[in-house]
Amino acid sequence: MIHGKKEAEVVLRLDGISKRFGALKANDGVSFVLRRGEVVALLGENGAGKTTLMNILFGHYVADEGSVEAFGQPLPPGNPRAALAAGVGMVHQHFTLAGNLTVLENIRLGTEGLWSRSASGARAKVERLSRDFGLSVHPDAKVGRLSVGERQRVEILKALYRDARVLILDEPTAVLTPQESEALFATLRKATALGLSVIFISHKLHEVLAIADRCVVLRHGRVVGELDTQTTDKRALAALMVGGELSLPRAEAREPGAVLMRLDAVHTPDRGASPGLKAVTLDLRAGQITGLAGVSGNGQAALAEIVGGLALPQAGRIMLKGTPVARWSPAEALARGVARIPEDRHHQGSIADFDLTENAALEGYRTRFSRHGWMNWRAAREFAEGIIDRYDVRCPGPETRIRLLSGGNMQKLILGRAMAPGPEVILANQPVRGLDVGAIAYVQSQLIAARDRGAAVLLISEDLDEIMGLSDVMHVLSEGRLSPGFARGTMTAADLGLWMAGQKFEGAHAA
Amino acid sequence: MRLEPIANPSPARRLGLPVLALVATLGVAMLLALVAGANPLAVLGQIATGALGSKLAILETLNRATPLIFTGLAVAVAFRAKLWNIGAEAQLYAGAILAVVLGTGLLGSPWVLPVSALAAMFAGAALLLGPVLLKTRLGVDEVVTTLLLNFIMLLLVSYLLEGPMKDPMGMGWPKSTPLIPEARLPRIVEGLRLHWGFALAILAAVVVWVIQTRTTLGFEIGAVGQSPEAARFAGMPVNRVLVKTALLSGGLAALAGWSEVAGLKGHLSSDLSPGFGYTGIIVAMLALLHPLGVVVTAIFVAGIFVGSDAMSRAAGVPTYIADMLLAVALLFMVLAILLTKVRVVRG
Repeated sequence: MIHGKKEAEVVLRLDGISKRFGALKANDGVSFVLRRGEVVALLGENGAGKTTLMNILFGHYVADEGSVEAFGQPLPPGNPRAALAAGVGMVHQHFTLAGNLTVLENIRLGTEGLWSRSASGARAKVERLSRDFGLSVHPDAKVGRLSVGERQRVEILKALYRDARVLILDEPTAVLTPQESEALFATLRKATALGLSVIFISHKLHEVLAIADRCVVLRHGRVVGELDTQTTDKRALAALMVGGELSLPRAEAREPGAVLMRLDAVHTPDRGASPGLKAVTLDLRAGQITGLAGVSGNGQAALAEIVGGLALPQAGRIMLKGTPVARWSPAEALARGVARIPEDRHHQGSIADFDLTENAALEGYRTRFSRHGWMNWRAAREFAEGIIDRYDVRCPGPETRIRLLSGGNMQKLILGRAMAPGPEVILANQPVRGLDVGAIAYVQSQLIAARDRGAAVLLISEDLDEIMGLSDVMHVLSEGRLSPGFARGTMTAADLGLWMAGQKFEGAHAA
Repeated sequence: MRLEPIANPSPARRLGLPVLALVATLGVAMLLALVAGANPLAVLGQIATGALGSKLAILETLNRATPLIFTGLAVAVAFRAKLWNIGAEAQLYAGAILAVVLGTGLLGSPWVLPVSALAAMFAGAALLLGPVLLKTRLGVDEVVTTLLLNFIMLLLVSYLLEGPMKDPMGMGWPKSTPLIPEARLPRIVEGLRLHWGFALAILAAVVVWVIQTRTTLGFEIGAVGQSPEAARFAGMPVNRVLVKTALLSGGLAALAGWSEVAGLKGHLSSDLSPGFGYTGIIVAMLALLHPLGVVVTAIFVAGIFVGSDAMSRAAGVPTYIADMLLAVALLFMVLAILLTKVRVVRG
């Protein structure tokens, strides 16, 4: 069967694509082909050049060298419409749907003129497509009411409606529960059986192995391997991606200590589509990593704001070491020994045009790097140098603007800044998202070290492997509701998936 | 055509483009002179000599630069926090009014000068307090409120000059009672027209520079301007920083009006400022919001105004050319700054 696909017609050919941004070679002579009816996974760490390559394919960037051919015809560079017209459709990580329009309206939006085709014809086509591909979604439902998984189906339908023969999916499972991912894979199998071809961009190895026929691995902008998924395994792929063997740290179980922070029946208001917290009671214990699993947009942001001092509960209490806090703000949280590693390191954790010294001084400028309103820049600089040194931040020096650092190095600086005062409670919100494997291992080992030192760590992540590998106790957040705590090793990914989908909560409440 | 960001602009790009902008401005100036029917090179020469050609010309330029340094600093301080204070003109008049209120006999030597300067700063600060509180509390756009306050203040000044402040000896002219001699800023060198307001403006620039680079407030202002979200996350009191910035900015702008009245004019009239508040925006932008740079660009801008006056008398080209030149210079400079950060790519 694999052999048969190898013989199939080539639908997309990328030939020697190179793209340079200043000193950085984002793509360096990348070539591969996509055949009819196959799924090719594009695998690589963040910054490996996957997104640049897809932007070139889609005409958002113009390649310095190389050419793209679709169905035997060269695609003119720099023209997004040409890719669409040639039958290449892309589903982005962030959806491009209008929430106040219906599914059908969204699909037709931008595809056809106002009078070009009758609505009934469009409806018939959408219904046929959703039947053929197993993309069940009601054409008249308002998109704003749909779940994330359903919205993704609308995006795929939109591409199919435009007669896409090639589907590019950018990290499609990042926002899905394991069960929803399975449904997506079923759709993709139907699509390839019908002769479509798929490029599947991901860095989750088990998914790549589950869905792809072939796998193209990118590293530093170059193709470092092209593997048949039948004959390879996770370990080999990971080694190719990173360029060497690497094992992620796993935390050993430990005896938990006293409760350092407690959220007591905390409520927060709903905000648009994202639900607020519903009577969340959560204990963060010394010497324990508490993992919080769940698809993002289920109240994680609200919980992180409460713990980090950015918001106050609408009802309920925040307690530190058994006493309710009277005042609560970011400065107060810092003063009370709560360290925060924010979800958005670019907009919350750092200031792009500030240098490393200034960014390192952001949280402690009042207490440690100034006296009577006068900044002590020498102390701040020494502090920054200390972090650069201890946390191996790769940079030309403390006077470098932080925008020039890679995500991993930026995160190391934020981590070093948070850890410096010896915090008792550590909020780590998606601490390794977008980092390369080396940086992931480092950040995670630091969290484990902090736990072993006696800190209470709250780890919020969408990555179940990360949660299950690091957490001493796991909770699931679904639509603002918090599941009971599950001890290490008592739950499988599928069990957690049921909680993430919210199915278990009804039973728990009845009990 | 699209814009592609440049990660690390080369020094040639960072220095060359502003120079190119200046050259292009001169080119446009010559073109304008040609349109006006004069010899382009002669016009440029006359502007230069008019601004810097004699001791008198230089002092006149520095005198004209004084209010521009104050308003330029006011704008630079506010814009750094991304607080869009378009109302330096109003704050300037607030300072001028206080100079008259306290300087016409209410206070005597030696208190009148320092007290009226401080009072002027308070008045300017108070005038910006309303817009900034509306912004932080209710999210009202400060561009609109500060801009509109300019017109309110101008009307208030007209009213005062026709009514309570009108000079009884003014032969019906809309101007205020003159300041008593003790309330006047002395000249730096006896016999030369340059007054101490200029020295005070330089001092203000240095003070602002020290605040921005050495104090926690300066650090906070920069952080709030660059990223209010990150500043809030780091525990900075974002709204309080905005209020402090507004007080500083309003106070600086008020000193422009105060020093014009106490140093140069000796009385208040409704034509005290030919738009110093608005020109301050150009001064600050040309200086890339750097407080010491403001001194340089204020003198440059003042030179163009003073030089154009002289040129106009000699060559018969309208003085409006000065306004056009500044507008063109600003546009080219903004473009040059943009092009140091991005390059234009075809396709």
